[in-house]
Amino acid sequence: MQVNNEFRPKIVAFCCNWCSYAGADLAGTNRANYPADVKIIRVPCSCRVNPMFILRAFQRGADGVILCGCHPGDCHYTTGNYYARRRMTMLFSMLSYLGIEKGRTRVEWVSAAEGAKFAATMNEFVETITALGENKRLEDLRCKK
Amino acid sequence: MQEVMKKRASELLADGTVVRVLGWKNGEFAYDPTPAVFQTVESLEAFVYNDFCASNLSKYLIKFLRQEGKTLVFLKPCDSYSFNQLLTEHRVIRENVYIIGVPCDGKVAEDKLREKGAEGILGIETEGDQIKVKTLYGDLDLNKKECLGERCLSCKSHQVVVFDEMLGENGEENPDCGRFDMVEKLEAMTPEQRFEFWRGELSKCIRCNACRNICPACSCEKCVFDNPASGISQKAAADSFEENMFHIIRAFHVAGRCTDCGECSRVCPQHILLHLLNRKFIKEMNECYGEYQAGAEAGSRAPLVNFTMDDCEPSIIYTKEAGK
Ligand code: SF4
Ligand code: SF4
Repeated sequence: MQVNNEFRPKIVAFCCNWCSYAGADLAGTNRANYPADVKIIRVPCSCRVNPMFILRAFQRGADGVILCGCHPGDCHYTTGNYYARRRMTMLFSMLSYLGIEKGRTRVEWVSAAEGAKFAATMNEFVETITALGENKRLEDLRCKK
Repeated sequence: MQEVMKKRASELLADGTVVRVLGWKNGEFAYDPTPAVFQTVESLEAFVYNDFCASNLSKYLIKFLRQEGKTLVFLKPCDSYSFNQLLTEHRVIRENVYIIGVPCDGKVAEDKLREKGAEGILGIETEGDQIKVKTLYGDLDLNKKECLGERCLSCKSHQVVVFDEMLGENGEENPDCGRFDMVEKLEAMTPEQRFEFWRGELSKCIRCNACRNICPACSCEKCVFDNPASGISQKAAADSFEENMFHIIRAFHVAGRCTDCGECSRVCPQHILLHLLNRKFIKEMNECYGEYQAGAEAGSRAPLVNFTMDDCEPSIIYTKEAGK
């Protein structure tokens, strides 16, 4: 997205309800700063995220997509994030194979107590995506205005 | 081989072991035999088996899942892997199927014959590694190896992994088939080159869904691509995003379940190198989670429905090798 001739990335963050979403909350209550470019979508578990969600986010104009969940071993549903981890590894591998820039997708484990980590991760991710620029290789022109 | 198969099929039909036979009969063209069901000894007249019989019969067994009686099926090595995979997913019942394994040293692709000047193909005969192609304009003697389909050139295994009886001698696995060579070549390219390569491939797709229909791993009763309300059922891709999406999702849905039978690439009317997507997943899963061959063993647990506590993190993809 261009704002005043300056590129502002649109970032979608899928956060699991039990850890990362609470982590984002904590970042807020602690008044830790992270850019408003990050749009959070709350999901029950990181495992709920279908590869399709990530592709859709790109289609609808996201420049970067990050998935946050409980640390491995701490999943509210015991094993959800283990499955998510494998799935995302394979998806990232395929995206890279198709020539999509590395780094446009990311997975980070953030617990409910890690407000600072949440903010730091988001700052870092926004920086990466800003450097990568607009998502051109996975865009759907019809969805861009 | 055809006569031996016919004879066994008639015997098994006649003595009531099976009530139907799943095999091939001539299609519209001699080079395009289609899967067919035979229910009487007389109908077996039309049974054919030759080096054009490439289609994988295992998927057709799903149709008989809820029907009475045993089905006789002829399975080539790659088809037998698919059969095991369908068993694993409870899409066929082992007891309801009588499997005759047929050894295979590759099937002939019609387009390769055309390249060699065969027009108006009427039939094929095989003598060892020589084939005689009968055409409207006379016979052509060719070397079989030079006319094999792409997938047969990098065949992972000549072994029928599940059967009740075997016609002829069973083959062996072929680990040095080099099936990942092309994947490796792509991995060594820059992202820009890869992007260009895949645009060139995927933009040819006309979304005919043939690759999905033929795939023995694509065995869901209801598929999102059958649902007109999904907006993605069957329509030509409008832009590069849709091309990517269909192919990523198709390959993803069969990831860990794809036996690398090669049917998808074989039937694609646009000759898109679909196996390069499937093989990428197979290769990556082998590297990340240990060697796994879908369908080698019935009941095995595929990598994507499994995990260990110390699996690699997704970021490994970005750090693995430079240039990747
Ligand atoms: S068979 Fe080929 S053209 Fe048809 S949908 Fe599949 S990839 Fe596209
Ligand atoms: S994806 Fe292709 S190679 Fe894999 S099982 Fe399906 S048809 Fe066979």
